Amino acid sequence: MTLLNVENLTLEFDTDEGRITAVDDVSFDLEAGEVMGLVGESGSGKSVTAKALMKLNPDNAHYSPNTKITLTLETGAIDVMSLRSANEMQVVRGGAVSMIFQEPMASFAPAISIGDQMIEQLQLHKKMTKRDARALSIEMLNRVGISEAGKRIDQYAFELSGGMRQRAMIAMALSTSPKLLIADEPTTALDVTIQAQVIALMKDLVTEYGMGIIFITHDLGVIAQTADKVAVMYLGRIVERGTVRDVIRTPAHPYTQGLLNALPNLEDLEAPLMPVPGDIPSPLERPPGCVFHTRCPVAMPGRCDRDIPVMVKVSPDHAAACFAVEDRMRAS
Amino acid sequence: MSDKPVISIKDLAVHFPIGGGLFTPKVMVQAVEGITLDIPRRSFFGLVGESGSGKTTLGRAILKAAPITRGHINYADDEVSYDVASLDKAMLKDYRKRAQLIFQDPYAALSPRMTVRDIIAEPLEVMGITKTREETDKRVREIAAKCRLNLEHLRRFPHAFSGGQRQRISIARALVANPRFVVADESVAALDVSIQADVLNLLKSLQDDLGLTFLFISHDLSVVAHICDHVAVMYLGRLVETAPTRELFAAPRHPYTKALLSAIPSLDPDNRGTAQKLEGEIPSPTNPPPGCKFQTRCPFAIDRCRVEEPRLENLGLEHDVACHRWKELADVLAPATA
Repeated sequence: MTLLNVENLTLEFDTDEGRITAVDDVSFDLEAGEVMGLVGESGSGKSVTAKALMKLNPDNAHYSPNTKITLTLETGAIDVMSLRSANEMQVVRGGAVSMIFQEPMASFAPAISIGDQMIEQLQLHKKMTKRDARALSIEMLNRVGISEAGKRIDQYAFELSGGMRQRAMIAMALSTSPKLLIADEPTTALDVTIQAQVIALMKDLVTEYGMGIIFITHDLGVIAQTADKVAVMYLGRIVERGTVRDVIRTPAHPYTQGLLNALPNLEDLEAPLMPVPGDIPSPLERPPGCVFHTRCPVAMPGRCDRDIPVMVKVSPDHAAACFAVEDRMRAS
Repeated sequence: MSDKPVISIKDLAVHFPIGGGLFTPKVMVQAVEGITLDIPRRSFFGLVGESGSGKTTLGRAILKAAPITRGHINYADDEVSYDVASLDKAMLKDYRKRAQLIFQDPYAALSPRMTVRDIIAEPLEVMGITKTREETDKRVREIAAKCRLNLEHLRRFPHAFSGGQRQRISIARALVANPRFVVADESVAALDVSIQADVLNLLKSLQDDLGLTFLFISHDLSVVAHICDHVAVMYLGRLVETAPTRELFAAPRHPYTKALLSAIPSLDPDNRGTAQKLEGEIPSPTNPPPGCKFQTRCPFAIDRCRVEEPRLENLGLEHDVACHRWKELADVLAPATA
């Protein structure tokens, strides 16, 4: 069952320096029980895309009229773009959709205990009594591996270590049993040994709860370890998508290839690090044509800087938006 | 590579008091404890560890930017030799020219109100290295060119630059006074991967060109593996293992090093969940466990580890490890990338 369907998501922001395009014509699907990795560097629009699914972007955000976001639940389909008031949004925000943020310290209110925050959302979204909500919260904290959960629940965010806080954040996000979980760089602020623990925990929870997950990260290693499929974003556009195996083993788009070559590879310490040449353009100076042409090693003048490439299939589950790929596919 | 170390550390300890406020009693944090380490000249020396391991504090102590509680740090180049703990004012001024720091966050490290030229020139002017403006400009242009910044960039303000360009400005500023030894503290951690490789390659080529010694502090082992020739691993203020990079990655001898290596997410989607997982978290440095500091998380800890702190032992080939059981565990821990 398709849980989430995003079509032609385009999002612009009004800023003091002019209108900038943060997300440009992004479309994707997510099945229940599926983990999709959204990869990209800073400014690629991956976080903005995720927030758009709950319409969490600030007031200066403008969605294009043909943007369509449909969330299909057992109770029926929800057209997210048609939701207006905060009240209407409640079915989505914290209800069917939960979000885990990068910096858990910033996501918990500092002066309210972890438990009170968990209980409040359960009372609000699940209409639970305080006693039931507390019992479920303790159970969830136990489930994510927090020892002495009965004691921890009355503590404040600052009393927990970074890894512990991220676990509490996950417990809180999952306690309302969301259908869709958005994890925005959930392991980036953590040390590697703690990151490995959190990744293992999230994998267990997906199997157990069967929700759909959108996993946002800049770390392709984390994606390789967690995702079923991947979408690679650059300057607001999806440039390549496919199964995690296809995209990482046989990347088609020059940007994805560049990203993988820039990564230090532990299997081959002699291999030189190959940076992607140039810098990411400022969103105010968005390149015409293919957004990557200013840094692309195979850019074709007169074509890539004028026309926007569309997604072409390289295999049944793997597609890239690149004229060079298009030519290659046509030739073969 | 000369055998004489540029930095030679003997039994170094850095303890900080924390708390001591209205409601909290004062406690001492052993940020760095009992570290003995040589940094060879012209090496790219990696210092790795998780947050709270004391790697930044060690870097600062070497630059005399953290209080030295006990022990010695000796700095030596072709011209001078200093006991860093007891520098007088004139010597400290000279030491500041010879030993420099590159910061982590290129967005916070550059003043938004100064042009790039003024940012890079400031150390020269403050330390009185150049006498005339022409001399300063010449030196700024030279180092800017080495860091791949062009003349037009020098007139602009930092906000006009991307993260990678800003980090190149920070590097130019750190190198303009012609230091011999540079501490790079998480200098690529805030950068995107496509830019990170560029800055790493730049640091490496500057080291070759200028004959510098780098202390490269990082939490990212795969970056360290590619750029450093030596690596030291820290845990809770202690040095647990140090070795030439290739040796450390091929045959780690400390269970913590092994765990760190296997926690790096593999790029192979078919190689999932084979990591040997560490339970628990790094203990608080205000209340370190007795015996080996790693015993609370070590899967191989025995009774001896819980009471007696292991010393750093040399296994030959510049490879040192602090573990009671390294001999018996050698077969269990190798190979590193399985």
